[in-house]
Amino acid sequence: MTEQILLEVQEVSRSFGKFQALSNVSLKIQPGQLCALIGPNGAGKTTFYNVVSGRYRPTSGRVFFEGRDITRAPAHRLVGMGLLRSFQITNIFPALTVLENVLVPLVVHHGSSFSCLGAIEKRRNLAEEAEQILSRVGLTGQSHRVVSTLAYGDKRLIEIAIVLARRPRLVLLDEPTAGMNPEETDRMIRLIKDLSERSDTTFFITEHDMKVVFSVAEKIFVLNQGGLLAEGSPEEIRANPHVKRAYLGGSLDAAGL
Amino acid sequence: MNSLLRGHVLPASLILLALMAAPLFLSMYGVIVLTEILTMSLFALSFNLLFGYTGLLSFGQAGFFGAGSYFAVLTLIHGPDSLWAAMAAAFIGSAVLAVVIGWFCVRLDEIYFAILTLGFGMMLFTIAHNWRSVTGGSDGLGNFTLPELNLFGWGVNLFNPINFYFLVLLITALGALLLFRVVNSPFGLLLRGTRENSLRVSFVGANVRAVRLFAFILAGALAGLAGALFAFFNRIASPEMLHWSFSGKAVLMTILGGSGVYLGPAVGAAIFFVLEHVITAYTTNWMIFLGGILVVLVLAFPKGVLGSLLGLLTRRWKGPKP
Repeated sequence: MTEQILLEVQEVSRSFGKFQALSNVSLKIQPGQLCALIGPNGAGKTTFYNVVSGRYRPTSGRVFFEGRDITRAPAHRLVGMGLLRSFQITNIFPALTVLENVLVPLVVHHGSSFSCLGAIEKRRNLAEEAEQILSRVGLTGQSHRVVSTLAYGDKRLIEIAIVLARRPRLVLLDEPTAGMNPEETDRMIRLIKDLSERSDTTFFITEHDMKVVFSVAEKIFVLNQGGLLAEGSPEEIRANPHVKRAYLGGSLDAAGL
Repeated sequence: MNSLLRGHVLPASLILLALMAAPLFLSMYGVIVLTEILTMSLFALSFNLLFGYTGLLSFGQAGFFGAGSYFAVLTLIHGPDSLWAAMAAAFIGSAVLAVVIGWFCVRLDEIYFAILTLGFGMMLFTIAHNWRSVTGGSDGLGNFTLPELNLFGWGVNLFNPINFYFLVLLITALGALLLFRVVNSPFGLLLRGTRENSLRVSFVGANVRAVRLFAFILAGALAGLAGALFAFFNRIASPEMLHWSFSGKAVLMTILGGSGVYLGPAVGAAIFFVLEHVITAYTTNWMIFLGGILVVLVLAFPKGVLGSLLGLLTRRWKGPKP
């Protein structure tokens, strides 16, 4: 039996001028496995996501998604293949309504990007699908509110809804709980766990909150100074002396782990 | 009936009826001014598809407007002596031109897009100004007569300003209807999404360049059509129509009326031309006064005259916010 691989990163490096943001990172992700990418500030987590999601091209190395080489594919094509992402700073459509925010990806998903004569309001099926997705992330009864008037935590949920609308195979979540209060964090974590268990979408998250990481992740990758320092189950990572040192011996213990 | 039709058919019909009845109440001079306003409205509406809906500030929209006027006049001179053919040539010719120019421009946005469109606009102006054998150089192309308009076999004489007004009303209304359907379509939603956050649009899988290019082509084609009407109206196609300062007029009219409401640019065109005609009647220093009034209007109505008034009405309607 061959091992199923959803995402495979082969010796990827990326530099900006003289600064080596990523060096020779290789990893594999299996479908359905909730993975987390951690590392101190500046370890290269966001750069890694930008390379995998097609925002940047790697300086060297290759990336495969479901066996296909996606190293040089533009972002919008990767989305079409089922690879979606969220951003560290909420990335939504602030002046559009909650419903419209989800309709944008749905229009693209159903191949209606260039249908330009029929009124969007006549697409009842699209609106219904959008409502379903919104209720999936716990945002009901707010469809016609302009997104910029929502609470911060709800805005982050909108981004999840936008991503889900494309029925992704793999979702990269860049610090999904950043800036959230404890209740919002809790709600987000439960949502990600639930989505990961009940759908065939695989989630790969970066997170600075170690409590979150160790409570949700089945597998953890540790980046440090652009290189992959360790990978393994939460128990293995917790016991790894290199990881402890990278975190200055502090925050892993400080987080009560 | 869906809510879109309920919400818009009534006001649209009222506006159209008022415009159809207008020649009954206006002097000949008034009809001519209104003809000009309608032509410029179509131009400004086409500009606002890019500016208000897609978030792209074009300083080259007059390039398509002017090119459309040359395509139309060249068709009348060298091709079939038909206004329909001339308008079709303006629409299609400008669309093709927009494919070529847009292919470069949509690669960038914000100020870079504005500069690219400005650059292409200047190139088009220079072509119109210097290619004397085809464009007539700085004199423009005025050596043509306006043929009768063939309306289902019935020839309409366009030397009558009222007949000409109805032709402009018909074309502008059709153009406005087309644009209205576009901005309310799924594609229109993608345009607004692109305006709000183009990065997000590409990360939901849309090709942002293709989306922008399509809007650019549509805006160019409609600007070309407006340019054809303008050339018929003035009996000339001249290089000034492609000048970047003419593009500036579209920007000004749109900001004045409101880029966030569909008919804002049309209202801006009306204010602009009425002011211009009124003030030039009194003084040759009209630009000082026009400029001053425009400054006051823009300061008093930050969302444009129509945008701010509609905002005020909506707030009245729904009561003050708690």
